[in-house]
Amino acid sequence: MITAGIDVGAKSVKVLIIKDHDIMNKGMGFMEMDRERSIQKIFDKCLAEAGLSKNDIDYIISTGAGRKFVPFAQSNSTMVTCDAIGIVKLEPSVRTLIDIGANDARAVRFDETGKVIDFAVNEKCAAGAGAFVEAMARAMEVSLEEFSELSLKAEKTIPINAQCAIFAESEVVSLVHEETARNDICRSVHDAMAGRIVSMTKRLLLEKDIAVVGGVALNKGMMDSLKKDLKMDFIIPKDAEYIGALGAAVLAGQEMNK
Amino acid sequence: MTAELEVKYPVEPLKCWAKVKELREKYYIDYLTAHERGGIRWSGGGASIDAIPAGLGRDVYSLTGEPYGAGIGFDKKFAAKCHAATEEAGYPRDLCAYMRNYWGSVLLNEFAFGGPFPEPDFYWQFHGCCSHAKWYQEAARIGGNKKPVVTIDGTSGLYYKKNEDTGEFYADLPKDGIRYVVDQLHESIEKLEKITGRTFRDELLFEAAENHFENVTLWSKICMLNQTIPAPLDEKSMFSLYVLSVLSKISGEYVEFYRELLDEVRDRVDRGIAALATERKRIMSDIQPPWGFLKMFRYLESYGCVSIGSMYSMGLMGIWKIEEDGTLVPRPTPKELGIEIKDRDQCLELLVDFMFSNFWFHNMHEHTLKGYIIQKIYEQWHCDGVMIHYNRGCEGLSLNVAENRLHLIKQGIPVVSYEGNMGDEREFDLAETEGRIDSFMESLGLK
Repeated sequence: MITAGIDVGAKSVKVLIIKDHDIMNKGMGFMEMDRERSIQKIFDKCLAEAGLSKNDIDYIISTGAGRKFVPFAQSNSTMVTCDAIGIVKLEPSVRTLIDIGANDARAVRFDETGKVIDFAVNEKCAAGAGAFVEAMARAMEVSLEEFSELSLKAEKTIPINAQCAIFAESEVVSLVHEETARNDICRSVHDAMAGRIVSMTKRLLLEKDIAVVGGVALNKGMMDSLKKDLKMDFIIPKDAEYIGALGAAVLAGQEMNK
Repeated sequence: MTAELEVKYPVEPLKCWAKVKELREKYYIDYLTAHERGGIRWSGGGASIDAIPAGLGRDVYSLTGEPYGAGIGFDKKFAAKCHAATEEAGYPRDLCAYMRNYWGSVLLNEFAFGGPFPEPDFYWQFHGCCSHAKWYQEAARIGGNKKPVVTIDGTSGLYYKKNEDTGEFYADLPKDGIRYVVDQLHESIEKLEKITGRTFRDELLFEAAENHFENVTLWSKICMLNQTIPAPLDEKSMFSLYVLSVLSKISGEYVEFYRELLDEVRDRVDRGIAALATERKRIMSDIQPPWGFLKMFRYLESYGCVSIGSMYSMGLMGIWKIEEDGTLVPRPTPKELGIEIKDRDQCLELLVDFMFSNFWFHNMHEHTLKGYIIQKIYEQWHCDGVMIHYNRGCEGLSLNVAENRLHLIKQGIPVVSYEGNMGDEREFDLAETEGRIDSFMESLGLK
């Protein structure tokens, strides 16, 4: 049985193909203006790399913010469900997951089967998601990778008071003009965002193990801030950006077996 | 969201539906045209003890602020105008959304139902929350005609206490607090007589009080029937039905209406008539919804999930008693208990006691009762989950909402929360909320 999960995020599309219990291939690409064309292009590329055609896939489930816009998916499911199923498949000891994507952040608590017990989603604002860090990196005129590295070299943190990505950008620009050390500004941005993520996550009754997934999990500077604020260790799984797509592909297999 | 669900139960439209719409419309027309009949108009909160102005005559009509503000919230276009007007006048956005809608209507001199804003002859207010204290004082100032404002301070002490051994709450009458309010009511009667030039008639007060007791008890009895599976009523419809008592608790016409509705809902239960033909799961909400987006309740129904009510829709104008074992039952009226109203002081005491036994008054001062009551409704009404509104438009009723959520989660109750505002659509995101509902429905096993 071959199944596919497609995670249509705000910024990128992630495709993951499973044969029985093993990952055959995975691929990711940016979401362009033509949403359906972007999804199709990334899916086709992933299929081709695996030496498959669309007809070889028994069941496809889409997830993510754009899950309802995948015309060739047989079904769709929410990221909360897919994240839980995906991480339990990959890291069975995990009971709480924090997913930080470009536009959304969420925390999910679940049981050993991946059944969701509780979840929290970031408030309707980008200040707790990856887009916030990207905006700040732009304001600092550095790449995301540089931003992350600079943050790790910081000696202190400066409180960023703004709760909003737009106002925070103004605050960062002011700090730049005041000739504040760039390392410290980068750390402060990560600390501010980590504060919001931890506040959201602690709405759940946290249960170990904890995993952090999503594109922002690759930002080492941000993960350092998160670890300090959360005061708990967490796992960053391999292929952290693909957990939702993995969960969708696993769910597709479960649907097939019903 | 699923496309086709199994139809499990028969459904029928409510026979009383047209009647409730007609009564609501009549309420506003009566107020609007009161002066043409030589009548008196007053405005104040839905929690005001309206049996008092009723003692001034049978031609006294009210405009209660909360349902008026909510009605404006439902009309997004007019609400936007009201928000713009209040913000231009310098009022901050984080104040009560109903109050801002009301003030906006006064500032614009536009009545939501057409024509200029019909200024009352006096304001009659009961201070239940921080906004209540300033609402009509400010409305009178904006109105510009120096209309008198008569207010009652509702600081009474807590009506309910927790039995630490059993974990159940119980009524513990704050006698001094009740006397404090009753004494104010006595004084206010004298003030109202001076303001209106009319003589207060106790027999009208007693009649209004009896109607008050019966209206709020009848609504509780109606809500009790929603414990049935399938639920005979859905919450979106309940919002339209409960509102009559917020307009006026003392109307004999409304007593008649609620008696008819009780009979109709009993009949629906007897015949297995559902509000939702595809009912698979039942949830409850907590406080006021975002009035401009009630379609979110229909979105729930697309999953086969019915909202059976809330502490708000069942408790704002429903009166309850907590039994020793924690079971919620409708509070009996004084008449049902064989108590005859004999004098003014006794009548006022009964009215204040009834008002203070409303869970919401307690909630303005202390939050643990709310989590407890939500849990009780969840259990007694056979719910599968709770939907919590982080309502940015009401500081009073959303007091400690995060603690309430935590309490429910600790009891193992599935909860989804969403952000919004009961009367200001700018603080509500429908797509975002539907996304949360999708996740919640999936977690309850619904596709």
